[in-house]
Amino acid sequence: MAARGPAGTRGGSTRFAQFKLVLLGESAVGKVSLVLRFVKDQFDDFRESTIGAAFLTQTISLDDNTTVKFEIWDTAGQERYKSLAPMYYRNANCAVVVYDITQASSLDKAKQWVKELQRQANENIIIALAGNKLDLVTSHPDKRAIQTADAEAYAREAGLLFFETSAKTSENVRELFTSIAKKLPLDQAGPRNPRAGGRGGVELRSEAPGTNASGPCAC
Amino acid sequence: MGTSTNFSSPASHSHDRVHATTDQTPAVQATSENGTSDSMTGDRSNDASQPAGDNQPSISSSKGDHDREDDQRPPLPPRPSLLQADLPTTSSAGTKRPALQARPTTAISSVDIQTLSFPDGTRGTFSTPATRSVSESVSISGASGGQSTPSRKGRGGSEFDDTTSLMSYAPTLRANGDLASLLDDGLSSQSPAWKLLSSQAESMNPFEKVGYEDLSLLNFDHEFEEIDAVDQKGGNEEEVLLQWKSKFKHYLILSSAGKPIYSRHGDQNLINGYIGIIQTIISFFQGAKDPLTGFTAGKTRFVVSTDGPLYFVAISKLGESDAQLRAQLEALYMQILSTLTLPTLTQLFTNRPNTDLRGPLEGTETLLSSLADSFTRGSPSALLSALECLKIRKSQRHVINNTLLKARTEKLLYGLIVAGGRLVSVVRPKRHSLHPSDLQLIFNMLFEAGSVQAGGGENWIPVCLPGFNNRGYLYMYVSFLNAFDDGVNSDEPASTAHNASRGDEIAILLISADKESFFELKQMRDDVVKQLEKNGSMDIIKTAIRQGRPSTTDIVSGTQLKHFLYKSRANVQFTMPSFSPHFSSLLARRRGLTKHAD
Repeated sequence: MAARGPAGTRGGSTRFAQFKLVLLGESAVGKVSLVLRFVKDQFDDFRESTIGAAFLTQTISLDDNTTVKFEIWDTAGQERYKSLAPMYYRNANCAVVVYDITQASSLDKAKQWVKELQRQANENIIIALAGNKLDLVTSHPDKRAIQTADAEAYAREAGLLFFETSAKTSENVRELFTSIAKKLPLDQAGPRNPRAGGRGGVELRSEAPGTNASGPCAC
Repeated sequence: MGTSTNFSSPASHSHDRVHATTDQTPAVQATSENGTSDSMTGDRSNDASQPAGDNQPSISSSKGDHDREDDQRPPLPPRPSLLQADLPTTSSAGTKRPALQARPTTAISSVDIQTLSFPDGTRGTFSTPATRSVSESVSISGASGGQSTPSRKGRGGSEFDDTTSLMSYAPTLRANGDLASLLDDGLSSQSPAWKLLSSQAESMNPFEKVGYEDLSLLNFDHEFEEIDAVDQKGGNEEEVLLQWKSKFKHYLILSSAGKPIYSRHGDQNLINGYIGIIQTIISFFQGAKDPLTGFTAGKTRFVVSTDGPLYFVAISKLGESDAQLRAQLEALYMQILSTLTLPTLTQLFTNRPNTDLRGPLEGTETLLSSLADSFTRGSPSALLSALECLKIRKSQRHVINNTLLKARTEKLLYGLIVAGGRLVSVVRPKRHSLHPSDLQLIFNMLFEAGSVQAGGGENWIPVCLPGFNNRGYLYMYVSFLNAFDDGVNSDEPASTAHNASRGDEIAILLISADKESFFELKQMRDDVVKQLEKNGSMDIIKTAIRQGRPSTTDIVSGTQLKHFLYKSRANVQFTMPSFSPHFSSLLARRRGLTKHAD
């Protein structure tokens, strides 16, 4: 990637960028597990369904002077939440669409999400396809319902990043997010684009002037 | 909603009232029973706004009959239009419920439900149990003439009746002489508490008594274990069935078309047959314009409740009253509404009467189950349909309330700080109160079912609060603060706290009607947390959590009193001492609460 100007804040030669990432996919494919592995390096074998959506952040360093902060929206996979999805992928810079490699139907659902994202979301959104639960087929190869080659071919065709991951063993989890980060345009502003109804721009809060006055710029 | 200008913080008065009671006049609970109500009167005069009857603590040893009526009979917070007149809980904290209030769900009934006239149930193969059916039938015939759902009417009626049932026990029986033969063994076995009540001598200790007499709860420790799945060949079917039958409590939810929706225990294959049977039975009575409200088989009580297109069945061997079971079913119904909203539910069944509701409800089974299990374990909050507040000083709470009020944003509807399922503070628009049944759903979601906390991070949850408005969603921002991690960093909120138990977490809940207001509420949360830490309130809350509930002997040293529940009806709040040492086990707790309930 050619050297580009940093987004966000610049301090010396380091650059820092912040991006909005949304996770989509059928329920029970392991979206929460992927995120928790990435953000907290935790894994629980048993997990209840997500209710609503969860918001988490994680910062990774791409190299010595590039830091990327992900603002992650982890959405619930159930059908009834579908109408809320646009709220989460609107203005998203990147998306991870997850399927379960042991469930054939989950890839179909993933393809629907990809289609919707390509139609409705940001034009430049970076989409990664993640086939989760790799650990299950490592021990029982007959459990695999979706061949790697098939999913890979689809991903190439649709212009997606592609990984088979295991939140349980953490295989490829970090790689997934790192490769997304590398593909993101670090020279553009992060997710601070107009976020309808959200905060943005200058915050005119009563405390702000006072605290800022003695801020680092004074030195 | 343009409510931001008239926010109030009711918690500052109301909550502290209860605490004042516990803090300053501990003698109340211990003594009132024997009529030494001096201390009580004194306390009451501090607080003239409370109706006199409401101050009566209800004590688990079984004498204060009228206390029990007042405070313990908890039909789940009703939908108001029906009960406004007689149920003070609806006018919580002195505010009227808003007009957009949930309408009675009968509006969606696809079946035309007639008033109940199920007289004694001793027809066909069903025998009706003792006291319950008696009160049920009496109340129902007394209250007939309306067109509300049988469940509600039944509940309202039996509630009334139960209040007098203790006193008028024998006469009531006589009045229904045709049932007498059924009662003899039903009486002694149905509820250990009845037995105690009738045989109790002054000196007797009710708890110990139950301890060795009541062997029926021996397997209660296994109540919440999962049942094995039937294996593919069906080889273990019998064994699984035995496990299923050994449960003390079952909840079944099905559609009026007979589609299974939810069962607490057992998978689809196992329960399908039973669903079919129960649907046939219910439909039979529906068809005869004589809806079934309940029946008894052996020591097992079945209670049926119909809400629009849904049938709810509670099956209990725990000796709970019909009113209690009905309230529990109502809560499950509220949980379903909370997921779907009433219009959606209605629409689903209007369009396709044989809709399979499991799809739309996918993922909420855990919420239903945790709710059901809290009833089975014995939840004081559900029992009293009231909420518990964290015990802190009035001045301290005042500071916290003000912090919330000061930080509130325009989009905020309700703001709550909750610690371990106990309310610390709440701000709300002046004209909207928070309904206890709604709070029950929220607390269940956050503190009983683990999914929200386990997800880590902050949450944005669409939720319908049926007590507030069953027609639409509100959006709830939830952030758990890791109370016992001293390095709480306001930038990186809350995570799965494996060290502290789930129940001890501090959560900040901010509810808005605007689904786009996440970041606004998140900002508010950051401000609130920062401010609470700055003014020392966070430490106060943490300390209060660590201290837990006081034991009865902390309140009155040397007292014989082992446990009590005290509900202030005016505030829709209750307080109680610690369950330990007497009720630390699940079983002992269940028994203790059965006492309260009876």
